[in-house]
This record gives sequence, structure tokens and C-alpha cells, in this order.
Amino acid sequence: MSFLEIKGLRKSYGELEVLRGIDLAVEQHQVICLIGASGCGKSTLLRCVNALEPIDEGQIRLDGDVVSGEGTDVDRLRRDVGIVFQSFNLFPHMSVLDNVTLAPRRIHRLSREQAQAQALELLERVGLSGKAAAYPDQLSGGQQQRVAIVRALAMNPRVLLLDEITSALDPELVAEVLGIVRDLAAAGQTMLLATHEMSFAREVADTVCFLHEGVILEQGPPEQILGAPTEPRTQAFLRRIIEAGRL
Amino acid sequence: MTLLDVRSAARSATTGGTAGPAALAALATVGTLCFVDVTAIRLVHAAPRSGGWHWALLAIATAGALATLLLIRPVVTAVRRGQQARKAVELGDAVAARAYRSRSRNAAWVTIGSCAATLIATFFVVFLLANDHAVQRTFFAPEMISISWWEVTKAFEKNLFIAGVAEVIVLAWGLVVALARLAPGRAGRPIAMIATAYVDAFRAVPAIIVIYLVGFGLPLAGVPVLSSMSPTWAAIFALVLTYGAYVAEVYRAGIESIHPSQMAAARSLGLSYPATMRHVIVPQAVRRVIPPLLNDFIGLQKDTSLVTVIGTVDAFTQAKTYSSNYFNLSSVTVVAALFVLITIPQTRFVDRLLARDQRRLQAR
Ligand SMILES: Nc1ncnc2c1ncn2[C@@H]1O[C@H](COP(=O)(O)OP(=O)(O)O)[C@@H](O)[C@H]1O
Ligand SMILES: [Mg+2]
Repeated sequence: MSFLEIKGLRKSYGELEVLRGIDLAVEQHQVICLIGASGCGKSTLLRCVNALEPIDEGQIRLDGDVVSGEGTDVDRLRRDVGIVFQSFNLFPHMSVLDNVTLAPRRIHRLSREQAQAQALELLERVGLSGKAAAYPDQLSGGQQQRVAIVRALAMNPRVLLLDEITSALDPELVAEVLGIVRDLAAAGQTMLLATHEMSFAREVADTVCFLHEGVILEQGPPEQILGAPTEPRTQAFLRRIIEAGRL
Repeated sequence: MTLLDVRSAARSATTGGTAGPAALAALATVGTLCFVDVTAIRLVHAAPRSGGWHWALLAIATAGALATLLLIRPVVTAVRRGQQARKAVELGDAVAARAYRSRSRNAAWVTIGSCAATLIATFFVVFLLANDHAVQRTFFAPEMISISWWEVTKAFEKNLFIAGVAEVIVLAWGLVVALARLAPGRAGRPIAMIATAYVDAFRAVPAIIVIYLVGFGLPLAGVPVLSSMSPTWAAIFALVLTYGAYVAEVYRAGIESIHPSQMAAARSLGLSYPATMRHVIVPQAVRRVIPPLLNDFIGLQKDTSLVTVIGTVDAFTQAKTYSSNYFNLSSVTVVAALFVLITIPQTRFVDRLLARDQRRLQAR
């Protein structure tokens, strides 16, 4: 059995069925990339895994435990599954340090000193220890997103979900954020990420999944999916990406 | 003429002349000057018969007459720039003509605006002087003010006490009600409904009626604890009930204005709903609602004067005693002045906060 297992997941918003039977398995220390056109359901899938959206059908298992359905302790689940959003969503009324230490202090009951020491160590790793006292609106987009990653990492999540975390950034800031994800992958962090950065996906992913209208049409190693896709719709999608100069 | 000048001239032809505004400004200035100076002369005549206000009235008359001199500069500018504009047209300098015309028009509107303000202020003085300055004697009688101001000001302490205590309680109570209205899930619905009913009821009932019902009703009903409240505490209780409903709505609007992604971000870290509210949503909401909150507090402070209906001796009650004994309302004017005195700094403070928020929004 895989570490994170999604089986037959369905999700509708009213009449609109956004996810129509997703099956996906993520092994520990693996990086899975979700690619697909805007609106195909990448964000919805990630939000379902984090229980930010309730699912209609199917099952999600984490390390053998069923973590979906009625009665699931969602707060417990979210300690194990962190998520970073496209729009950073830092808490604007808190300093960088407080953003990072809030959850560890409230949930893991770390003392202020312990939490701060841990936070500073993580900030150091992303080159932001000098910004610990700054407020989010004093940081660039790239810096904010790095803080958001650190905030998620501070809870030691077993799986990290990344939802197009560079899409809201100016092009010159993308590299600094991707660099951190690359380091995390090298350190063995299990990750499931939605991205439009195809060359990055090719570099870090163990598996690439092409999502189309709520189903995974094709999945496999990056060379295969990005280099020689068999599905015509995957080919069409990649052609559009190449035309846009993103590959 | 260069091509550019021709174009500018053509365009300036559509922006209108200066003769209109400048003439209007001149006319307004003459009218204002006459009206103000006639009023000033009347004031000087009335001054000796107004007792303690003698010097004040002379000062107002002098100040008014001097203020009209300030109108001269802009009106002269308006006329002069207009002349320069015409001269520039004759010389064929369309760009300069346009600039002069614009300055002339601006000066003319400054003049007209100042005239309007001066006239309004003067009308007020004329009103005071009406009927052999009876208005002034009714509302601003110096001997009445000197008799009553100390007792009235001392009683105003009661208003301040009621307002201060009520505000502190309302601050917490309003938040509790707002959070109850937003209680999530099926379990939260009954709580949300009862909170909504409370808010609907107490926003509908006038504060004076709540004060009346609480102040007289509770002792009559003999409710334990509540019925033994002093009138002051009954007034505080009533104002908390009323303003708690208003402030709850202010808080609710603030909480709902925080983008849902903040809730998602906090919950995704594993924080529970109450923890998210406490550490993430409410602190941001409170910062946003400080200006409207202070506005409601100003309303609350003013409504402390309603406690007179249940016999709490506040500044207004005290002033009414004087006014009915002497058939003169100057003691009540003192109360009005006291409210103005405490309210103006607060409104300015709110304006400053709003301006700061505005700047921040623009900076984003
Ligand atoms: N809260 C919501 N309510 C209704 N429809 C939604 C909601 N969130 C997403 N959708 C719809 O679901 C579809 C998939 O959205 P999303 O998962 O955000 O796609 P992606 O992240 O791949 O661009 C879109 O058609 C979107 O309009
Ligand atoms: Mg998305």
C-alpha cells in the first residue's frame, strides 16, 4: 500500500462535477507533479487532500489510515499534510516569525523559544533569517512565498502540497522559490504539486500526472509524459505550453 | 503661429472664457462685503447691551470685517489674470492665454467659495441678533452660563462614566454576539439565530425606549439582582443592550471582510476554528473596524443624555433644572458645548485613521 492513496475521488460544486474519479498513489519521498489546463481541477484535488473541501465520493488514505469521510479529525490530518497556496496567504498582521511559529506553538505546544529557534533555522535555510521581524507587506512576492513554505514546513508535514506556488510571482522571482522546492525534493520531502513550470516538473518529479476535466488521463515518469505523451489531449496541451514559451 | 499653437488655441476655445466666473466673483465679493459690514455695524451697536458678551461681540465684528479683506486678493487675481489672458490672445500666444484663463477661473472659484462660507457664518450672527438679539440672550446669556456651568460640568462626569463603562462592556459583548452570529455548522445555527434575533430587536428599538424599559421596568418586575441596580447602572445596562447590537454588526462586517483564503491558510496548518478566529481572523477584523466602532461610540456618548428620562442626574438633567427655573436655555447650551468638546477630537482621530487606511490601500 502506498503512503498517500487516493481512490475514486469525486467532487462537485453544485451541478459542476470538477473531479470525476481520481486515482493516485504517492510513495514516501516521492514528488508527484500535476499538470493540466487551468480549470481542470488541480487546486480542487489538492484542497480535497488537505480536507479544505469535503469530498463527495471515494477515499483518501494516509499511511494506511482512512483520512476522508465523516468524522475525520481534519485538524489532525492537516498536521500531517501541509499546503502552500498560489497567493501565499501569509497573515498580514503578524511578523514573519509569528507567521511561522503560530501553528507549532498552538498545536505542537512548543514554547516560544523552541518554536522561534526552529523557525529561525528554517528561515535560514531559505535565506530569510534576516527578515524574521519583517511584516509580509514589506517582502517581495518571492520572499513571501518562501515564508509560506517555511510556515508549512514548521509543522513537519509528512506530505507537502504545493498549488502553483510560482504562478503569482514576477518571472525573476520564480527561481528563488523553485530552488527551495528542489532542495526539499533532494532532502526526501514527499510532495504533491500542481505546476505550470514544465522544465521544473521534468527535473524534480518522479511522476507527472496529466489532469483533464477532472480525470487523470495519463501518468508516468516525466520523460515519458513530457517527452513522448501517448494521449492526443496531452500532446495538444504540451503543444500549447511550448507555443507560450514555457517549456 | 506654429501648428502646436493652432491646436492649443482650438482646444482652449472649447474650455470657455473667464469673463463669467470673474464677474460673478466680483459681484459676490461686493455683496458679501456689504452684508458682512452692515452686520458688523449692527454687532457693534448691540455689544453694549449684551452684558458679558460686550467684548466678544466687538471681537467678532472686527474679525468679520477683517476677514472680508481676505476676499480681495483672489478676486483681484481673477480679474487681472483675465485681462492678461485677453492681452495674450491679442499677441497670438494661445498657450499663455490658456494658462492665464485657467488661473483666472481658479481664483474666481476660490473667491466664490470663500464668499459662500463667509455669508453662511454671517447669517448665523444675524440669527443671533434677531428680535433685538433675543436669540443670543436665550441661548448664550452670560449670567446664566456663569451660574450653571460648574454644576453642569460636574454632572457631565456622570455622562462620561456611563459612556466609558458602557463602551468597555460593549467592546467585548459586541464581539461575543458577532461570533455567535457567525457560529459555524449545524450546531452553530440555533446560536446564530438567537444572536440574530437579539441584534434585530435592539437595532430596531430606540435607545430612549430601552433605557425607559430597563430603568423603570426591571425594578417594577422585581427581578433579582437586576432590579436593585441603581439608575446609573440601569442606564449602562440599557446602552450596552442597544449599542451591543450595533457594534456586533460592525464586528461581523469586519470579520466577513477578511478574505476566506486567510481562514483556509490557518485551517490548513491544523489550527481549529476557534484558534483561527482568535489568532488570525478577529485581530485583522478588529483593526479594520476601529473607525466605524469609534463612530458608534460617539453615538453612545451622545445617547448618555437620554438617561435623564429615568432620573439619572447627568449634565442634561442638571441643565434642565436651571433652564426651567430661569426660563433660559443657556445652561443647556453648556451641555451641548461639552459634547462638542469631547466629540471633535474623536471625529478628527477617526478621520486620521480613515485617511491612513486610504493611503495604505493606495500603496498596495
Ligand atoms: N468554490 C468553488 N465553487 C464553485 N466552483 C468552483 C470552486 N472552486 C473551483 N471551482 C471550479 O472548479 C473547476 C476546477 O477549478 P480548480 O481546481 O481551481 O482548477 P485548476 O486549479 O486546475 O485551475 C473550475 O471550473 C472552477 O471554476
Ligand atoms: Mg488552481
